[in-house]
Amino acid sequence: MRYLREQGMEVLERNWRCEHGEVDVVARDGDCLVICEVKTRRSSGFGEPVEAVTFAKARRLRRLAAAYLAASAAAARGAAGGTGGRHVAEVRVDVIGILCRPGRPAVVRHVVGVGS
Amino acid sequence: MTHGLGRTRSVALAGLEGTPVDVEAHIAQGLPHFAVGGLPDPACAQAPDRIRPAAAVSGVPVPPHRITVNLSPASIPKRGAGFDLPIAVAVLSASGAIPGGLARDVVHLGELALDGRVRGVHGVLPAVLAAARAGAEHVVVPVENVGEAQLVDGVTVHGATSLREVVGWYAAAQHGTPLPPAPTPSVVPAPVRSGPDLADVVGQPEARLALELAATGGHHLLMSGPPGVGKTMLAERLVTVLPPLSREQALETHAIRSLTGQVGEVVELDRTPPFVAPHHSSSVASVAGGGSGVALPGAISRAHHGVLFLDEAPEFKGSVLQTLRQPLESGRVVIARSRQVVCYPARFLLVLAANPCPCGRAYGKGLECTCKPMEIRSYAGRLSGPLLDRVDLQVHVPPVQRAAFGDATGEPSAVVKARVTTAREAQRQRWAQHGGWATNGLVPGHVLRRAPFRLPSEVTALLDRSLDRGRLTLRGYDRVLRVAWSAADLAGREVPGRDEVATGLALRTGELVAA
Repeated sequence: MRYLREQGMEVLERNWRCEHGEVDVVARDGDCLVICEVKTRRSSGFGEPVEAVTFAKARRLRRLAAAYLAASAAAARGAAGGTGGRHVAEVRVDVIGILCRPGRPAVVRHVVGVGS
Repeated sequence: MTHGLGRTRSVALAGLEGTPVDVEAHIAQGLPHFAVGGLPDPACAQAPDRIRPAAAVSGVPVPPHRITVNLSPASIPKRGAGFDLPIAVAVLSASGAIPGGLARDVVHLGELALDGRVRGVHGVLPAVLAAARAGAEHVVVPVENVGEAQLVDGVTVHGATSLREVVGWYAAAQHGTPLPPAPTPSVVPAPVRSGPDLADVVGQPEARLALELAATGGHHLLMSGPPGVGKTMLAERLVTVLPPLSREQALETHAIRSLTGQVGEVVELDRTPPFVAPHHSSSVASVAGGGSGVALPGAISRAHHGVLFLDEAPEFKGSVLQTLRQPLESGRVVIARSRQVVCYPARFLLVLAANPCPCGRAYGKGLECTCKPMEIRSYAGRLSGPLLDRVDLQVHVPPVQRAAFGDATGEPSAVVKARVTTAREAQRQRWAQHGGWATNGLVPGHVLRRAPFRLPSEVTALLDRSLDRGRLTLRGYDRVLRVAWSAADLAGREVPGRDEVATGLALRTGELVAA
């Protein structure tokens, strides 16, 4: 969370759910809506954290992004909310891999714009 | 380093023709992904699945980013696992594990095992030949293929046992240590093989003469006779009287062997002409070359510069015999498949052996033959006219009489070989100024029918009469002339006389002609 704010993003939602699944973080980076999947691993024995995001999962994240937009647009008609009432120019899907091995500082890897 | 571009070189083979390929790897920000583009076949497209574990075991893991590999020119099909090593080197160059640019001009060939070892591949000799022609100076090949790669002049060959070793070389090269060249193999004199020898054959003077003429002028040969008289024995001994191959010829035959043989089979230049004897159940694809997708060389190309022996020739499928016609004329075979057209050399000496009839006893008066006339006719008809028209020498091999046992053994191969080599040299000198043909069998007919090689009409009178009577085609006429020239070369004469022409005619039509 702190990492995302340091990157200049505004976190809108955490663990947002709908019938398709759950989004870990929804944030806004300027005019861009960011759908963010966070993966944490204690070791790289099963591969890098970001490697756990397969093609199928990336596709689901895209679907979730669309679902979130639709939901927030409906919400915006009712009351200001969702995207914060501001216009969204583009949407992107990010994956953040966090490798926190015991006794060592956590390593964060932020993959911007997955599956595009 | 997460963003990077790495490049190295390799070779794509289409038949024996190699095309230099630039292997480019690009590492971009993104989810881990490893794709190979540029028309890889399934084996080549699986390279990422081998490279990832091989690199991890070798201590230089493939970075978990988006990796795109392109094999350029992208429009040429790439076959086989031989691109594993170049792709791995390009990716590791892009990731920085191999210092920048060092591998750019080095040609790599080799398949990777999951534990990082480099495995041998097919077709290293033609690939390295193509690389040398394209100006490459350094070639990294699997250690099993070092022998054949070193046959090529002008390139430094490096034999790799593992990916870790190759990465280590480049790490050392950064500090100015050149890539270690593979040790030149200690030249072990080939053991003198006591193979078959012409002295083993009992009697058969006519067949021996035909064999010698075939070896001298490169004339195709048909031997017909009952079973058990030594047709197969004679044919197997034809290679023992052929002169050894030149270096260029040997490279051509070894290039084909490198594509079809066991990996690492080619280690040194063997100057013995190849002898290939396909079984009569062989398919068209196995004889002429072919296969689905990949067109591999067939028996006729493996017999390039050597002998193709078809035992029981009438038992071969008609379609197989027909495919021989075009290569017999042109010396090469063009195989067209949906994806590509490949051309293999196929200048072979054809030796056919046939029984006179299905039961094999229709010799002499044929009293013991149990075949119906119809069977004999259809049996003989299987060797088609157009094919036999290309066979200069047709001899009957009669049963051996007991008296022949008593004779001193026939001439050994070495004696005949010396005669053949002298006659070959005479041919080479004669044709060097006029067209550069190596043997009489390759000289076009119109050259023999015109001055300065036209024979006086009293010499060819017998031949002219056969042509007039329609017993010979014009192509047959030319072929008799060629055999006559070979007979003259064997006899040490400048120009063929009546005797030589008569010999040629007798051996062509299988009939005795009074000289």
